Parts: sequence; structure tokens; C-alpha cells
Amino acid sequence: MSQREQLLNLTIPQLLRWRVRETGDKVALREKDFGRWNCYTWDQYYSSVRQTGLGLTQIGFAKGDKIAVISDNIPEALFMAIGAQAVGGLSVAIYQTSLPDEIEGILNYLGVSVVFCNDQEQVDKVVDVRDKIPGVKKVIYEDPRGMRSYRSDSWFMDIEEVYRRGGDLHRRQPDLFDELIDKGAVDDVCHFCLTSGTTGLPKGAMLTHRNYINMGLQLTEVDPLEESDEYVSFLPFAWIGEQMNSFGVAMATGIAINFPESVETSMEDLKEIGPHFMFGAPRIYETIRSQIWLKMDESYWFNRVVYNYFMKIGEKAAGYRMSGQQMPGKLRFLAWLGKQMIFRPLVNQIGFLRLRRAYTGGAALGPELFTFYQAIGVNLKQIYGQTEIVGIAYMHRDGDVRPDTVGKPLPGTECRISDDGEILSRSASVTPGYYNLPEKTEELLEGGWLHSGDAGYIDESGHLVVIDRISDVMHTAAGDMFSPMFLENRLKFSPYIKEAVIFGNQKPFVAALVNVDPIVVGKWAEDRGLSYSTYMELSCLPEVAELVKKEIVSINDNAEQAHFGIHRFALLYKLLDMDDGELTKTGKIRRKFVREKYSDLYEALYERDVTEKKVEAFYQYQDGQTTTVKTTIHFYTMEVTIQEHPILSHLSLLE
Amino acid sequence: MTKLQISDVTLTFGGLNALTGVSITIEPGLITSIIGPNGAGKTSILNCISGFYHPTEGRILYGERELSNASPHQVSTIGIARAFQNLELFRGLSVLDNLLLARHQNLRYSLFHALLFFGKASRLEAENREYVEKVIDFMELEPYRKKMVGNLSYGVQKRVEMARALTLAPKLVLLDEPMAGMNIEEKEDVVRFIIDLKMEWDITVVLVEHDLGVVMDISDYIYVLDFGELIGAGTPEEVAADPKVIEAYIGEE
Repeated sequence: MSQREQLLNLTIPQLLRWRVRETGDKVALREKDFGRWNCYTWDQYYSSVRQTGLGLTQIGFAKGDKIAVISDNIPEALFMAIGAQAVGGLSVAIYQTSLPDEIEGILNYLGVSVVFCNDQEQVDKVVDVRDKIPGVKKVIYEDPRGMRSYRSDSWFMDIEEVYRRGGDLHRRQPDLFDELIDKGAVDDVCHFCLTSGTTGLPKGAMLTHRNYINMGLQLTEVDPLEESDEYVSFLPFAWIGEQMNSFGVAMATGIAINFPESVETSMEDLKEIGPHFMFGAPRIYETIRSQIWLKMDESYWFNRVVYNYFMKIGEKAAGYRMSGQQMPGKLRFLAWLGKQMIFRPLVNQIGFLRLRRAYTGGAALGPELFTFYQAIGVNLKQIYGQTEIVGIAYMHRDGDVRPDTVGKPLPGTECRISDDGEILSRSASVTPGYYNLPEKTEELLEGGWLHSGDAGYIDESGHLVVIDRISDVMHTAAGDMFSPMFLENRLKFSPYIKEAVIFGNQKPFVAALVNVDPIVVGKWAEDRGLSYSTYMELSCLPEVAELVKKEIVSINDNAEQAHFGIHRFALLYKLLDMDDGELTKTGKIRRKFVREKYSDLYEALYERDVTEKKVEAFYQYQDGQTTTVKTTIHFYTMEVTIQEHPILSHLSLLE
Repeated sequence: MTKLQISDVTLTFGGLNALTGVSITIEPGLITSIIGPNGAGKTSILNCISGFYHPTEGRILYGERELSNASPHQVSTIGIARAFQNLELFRGLSVLDNLLLARHQNLRYSLFHALLFFGKASRLEAENREYVEKVIDFMELEPYRKKMVGNLSYGVQKRVEMARALTLAPKLVLLDEPMAGMNIEEKEDVVRFIIDLKMEWDITVVLVEHDLGVVMDISDYIYVLDFGELIGAGTPEEVAADPKVIEAYIGEE
């Protein structure tokens, strides 16, 4: 049996134990605390998991019980989840940004009996709904700060106490933990991953040990990782994008996971670690690019000239690199010179110097961004997948990166396009279904294939092209089809545009609500001596509107078809936000919600003669106070021109 | 724990009486606030405690120790630290350097050790850094550790100012308007820090603050000054009901 097959037959805790035997002294986890990186070897990792797992059994947690983890990324979150799995329990991670009601809904839906919170902020949310979650027997916390008033209540427990009890039990029965681990089977469900869900309560996708480990092994078959490689854990643990790395990839390959000091410092900490691979939602790459753009703009003229010159060279070279072609000698020399002179130091500044591969997924990234990153020498690749198939199922191969596709299936993943144009997949990483939702499970796994809900096609070179959510594809009143996400990404490539919402379903033309980027546009306004104090004032400046209008004109000029052009737009007075329900936890737009919330603006977009409208903006602060601000929103109408593009022939598939 | 006793303190600048016969007791382990309209003498009291001014008459006792004529340097070494209303930070240094510098009085190694950076020098520096990191963690300043103070927002600078006072490991901390110019979220954070200071670090807090909502919420005891005279004292409820205090703040009917 090869090592791969051997690993595939181990549960996550068994694999952890296997790692201890192989490389017990190697660093497995690193956490920044008090300004210092503290290391855990695989050996220490395992013994912490053991203490946690045994400790949990001491507070009545048994096989089949469920633990919820509401925590920032800290090693203890992994100890809790894997510790619970080791004793036959199941874990679920909940977004730290969740509100008490959402937490209550999830805890009751899954029947959770123990909750782990990293700090008082999370504990307080659970306390808020204490009366409504009778199933929860214990709340374990990691950071004792601010917990003084809870100490006398036995409902709460310090993680140190769990460790202590687990350690005691291990001393009394040294073989117990091994026996418990051996009872685990690879096809047992070990974790519920909540699907972000653009509508309603999240569904808990059941994932098995094999689902995770298979994904980690298949991914590294394409892009191998060394045991000495580093990974920085900064995505929310509740997102499959983080779990697939900490459960799947790290266990399958033995790389080290680094935990930043806090959410705010993660980009700084990333510089200190210099990871070898990273995964992120498009937002992260967009933000980094905006920062580079901003800093270059602030730099002195010589830097700018060099940067602009080599950027053009880099883009040309990127074209060759992405398609795996041989570069002509002169270009190769200039690209090398550019790398030495400007891109190496630049990439070093963002902490990407050692990065061999960067993956983006979760939503589409504009083609221009790929070219940008490839030009500065960052090997950015698109992946595609979903929670129900442990995150990654399709991916670009090195030397075959095409911005308009999501690459080819991983080994062991089969792909098919249904007659309706839906992307279907099959692999050992596909979930057995949603917890307690047989109908939804039936829909999801109909005919033995995982139904993605996304429209797509496989092109002549075997790459998968994703168009949009099937349910999101829109038609204009004239029956012309378009993908709002596709157009939004176009807009978002502009450094000045942070977020955009495209409308036009059953309407005569496409229109957009736009969020300007507060940092980039803010700086732009400052440079021009335009004064503003709030985001609202900034987006109401007529000069800003002109700036955005220029961007949209150039986007319209490159539009593939007449009806792709944006006819009217308005600048929204506030940034779309998760807390206001306008974005999902993973940052996708809740289109329907936004349209309803800003219905008066939406209607005005389609009244051509309306050029401005008075609105009342309603704000709620953290402490519950509310204010209403009056402002005037302006509407702008554009001219549109036409071109042809290949994606259209495939859009017609869906009709 | 040590009590701070201000008895009958008068402070005059030429003909101007900044403080007239003010007596205040700061009980250990509590949050004591000093409030009053502008020019009431709140900051003058803090200046007298921290040794910037010496009272013209009266005494200031910290436990058995006489502070009436002590220098700021002496006051800081006995466990009383102060965060200033107008930021007293080195704008060109990083947050970390500002905080490390505040602990310079703990550095007692020779030039010889410093040059070679071994033995006592490296040990003391490591200890200092560890303490400073604790304060950074407490004040949640991790994202700004290596940022230059002058480039930070005002709200964050205020937090650094408070952190600088805490790096002296005080038993009693004087906070002069720690929330001035902050938005509501920043204020909430600082309130949390002040309560945690009392509850978890056992530090006695003397607070001068204009936001009466905050003062009424978190103080154990309040002194009210007006034109350099003490016009009221008591728990928040007592002070809020005191007609003299209401008059000083709102004016006569």
C-alpha cells in the first residue's frame, strides 16, 4: 500500500498520531502572542488534543455529541475540534461575526452540547440566548479576560480546567485515548461546515474524515508541498477555505500552520512568516493590489517611472508564463531585470517572496487581477469548488493559468455538465449530505452527482468555465441574458470601486449601485484638495462621480455586447456590510436584500429623467443608538457601444 | 494597598486661586472621578499629585509618603503614573519604542553591558519588553506596535498615552480625559480598559473626564470641583441628585 492510500484510511486524529510518529519534533503550529512566535511541535499538538479530548469526556461529552467553536484563529480552536473528533464527537465552527440569534439557530439545529469561545465577546453572545439553548451543557472559554463575573457559574469553564481534567485522566488511564482514537472510522462524519447561504439559515454540510484528507492529498498531487512549508491561518475557521487547509492539507502534508496575533495584524504577521502557499477570497487580493497601487502613487517619480515601465514588461511576460510558452530572449532579460529591480522588493514588502502558489476562490476575480499578480511574479491561480466538496475541486495548473476559467478538475474528481448547463462533480470529497435535511440532500446529490447550482461549460482545452449561479443569471426585458457577477467583477477591478451591485432583470437596461473605495478614492480626493469628512460626503462629491463615470465609460467601451453596458449608476452613501445583512459572511452580495433595502434607489435607476433623489440614511451603532442622516443621491446616465465575445455563445446554453 | 490623601490643598498662581482648600481621599482599588466645568481645577489637582505643581498650602500623602514637594520623577517611582490630556508622546518613535522608553528607569545596567549587550543588559531588556508586550495586549495595540505614533489616529494615540502610563507598572493611575475626542466605539473600548484595570490588574484609577454618562456609569466615587473649590462628593447617585452640582453644570434657573 502506498503512503497516500495509507493516509486515506486514517481519520484526522489517527493521522495526527501518525504525524507524531513520523515527525514528532517538527513544528506543526506557531502562534504569535505577546509579540513572539510560540511553537507547538506535532508532539505537543497531539498532547494538547489529547488533553482536550479526554477533558471533554470528563464533562460528559461522549461519542456522537457536538461541539461548536466560535473563535478567532488560535491553536486552541483546532485542539477543541480535533479533540472532540478524537473521542467520537463532531465539531462545527461558527463565524465570529454571527449575531446571538444566528448562533442560537445553529446550536439548536445541530443539537450542540458544548460551545467553545475564544473570548468574552463570543461568550456574551451565547449568554444572550442562554434560555433558548437548553441543549448546551458547557461553555468553554480560552481568554479569561473579562470573565470574572462568570467564574462562579458552573455553566462556564476555563480551557485550563479542561486540560487539567484531561491530563489527570490520561495519567490514570494511559491507553484510553489511543483506544478512543482507534474507534474512529474514516467515513464517520467529523465536522459540520455551515454553508454561507445567500438566503436564510445556513445548512450544515456533513463532512467525513475521508472528505478532508482526500482533498488535501489530491490538491498536493497537483501542487506538491514540502513538510518545511509554511501556511498562515487568517481566514475564518468557519469557512471551508480555512478548514480544508488546517484539517486536510496540513494533516496530509505535514506543513506548519501559523496563527496571527489578531485579526487586524494578520497581514503584518504574514510578512514575518512569508508563507509558501496561501488561499484567499478575491477581496484579499483586491485589497493588496489597491495598497500597492496607493503606495506606488505616493512614491517618488523615479520609482513610478520604473514601476510603470516594468509593469508593462511584466504583463507581457505574464502572458507567456500563464500559457506556459517560451519567452523571447529580450523579453526574458527585461522581465528578469524588472524582477530584480522592482518586483522582488515589492513582493517582499507584502510578504509573498517565498510564495510558490496563491489560490483565489469563493468568488470570481477579475482577469486583470490575474495578469497583475502574475506580472509582479506572484503565481496566482483560480480554484473552484464549494463547501460540499471540501472547497477545492478544480484548479489551474502551473503554466496553464487562464483568467477566464477555473482550471481543470483535481485528480480523482469527475466533472460533467448537466443538460441544463449546471456543473456536476463527483469525488471522494463529496459530502454525504446536509444534517437533518433529507430533501435538500436529495436535491444536492441527485443521481450520485454533486449539484453545484452554478452554470458553466467545459471549453475545448478541458478548462471549466463558471458563468454564475444559475439562479442569479438575469435577462433584460428584451430577453438578453447577462451575468450580474461577471459585470460586478469588471467594475470592481477599478481601484476606485470597492463594491458594485448590478441590476437589470426584466428591465430595459443594466444599471448599478456603486460603492467607491474609501481609501483609494479618499486619497484621490485629498490629493485634489476636495474636502470630506464621512464616507457619505466622499461619495456625494460630484468630482468622485465623474471619476467613477470615466471608469464605467471605459468598462462599457470594452463590453462584449450592447446590453452588458451599464446605462445608469448611482454612488451608494454607505459601504455594503455584513452586519447590515447586505453581504454574506464570505463577502458575497445578498442581491435581493440589497434591492429591497434600497428599493427607492433601485426604482430611480430605472426612471431615466430622475437625476437626483433625497434619501434618509439610517445608521445603527454598536450600542444600539440610531441616527438618521438626510442626503441627496445623484444618478448618472451613460452612452454604450458594442463588441463580440466568446462567453456569449455559452450563455445561450442556459436559455 | 495605599490610600492617597489630599488635605486642604490650596494652589495659587500670583493672585489667582486655582485650588482653594480642596480635600480629596482616593481609596485604593476604586475608580474615583473628578469632574467639574472647564477651569474648575481638575487638571491642577492631577498636577499637584504628580509633582508638576507643589501646593501652596496643604498636604498630599500617599500612604505614609509625603508628596507635597516631590518631583514628577519621584512620584513615578513610587507607583503613581499619569496619562496626559494633551498627548505627551514621541511622535517620531514607534508605539513600541515609546512604551519601552517609558520603562527606562528600570534599566540599570552599565555602558559596558549596553555596548556588548550581554548579561544584565539583555536580560533587563527582555524583561522590559515582556512587560510592555503585556500592556500592548491589554490595551489591544498589537496592530500598531511598530507604527510611528505621529501617523496614528487620535483615538489610538490616546490609547498609547494610557498604555505608556501603564508600562510603569503603577499602583495608581491618573487619567486626564482619556476619552476626549473619541467616537462612541473608541470610548466603549476605553471604558472596558478602565474597568479591567480596576478588576483584573487591581490598579486604583483617578479619572478626570467630561463625558458625564461614562463617569456616572463606571465611577465608585465622584468629587465635583467648581472654581477651584470642592462643591460636592459622593457616589454617582448622590452627586447626580446634589443641587449644587446641578447648578454648577446647568446654571441657575
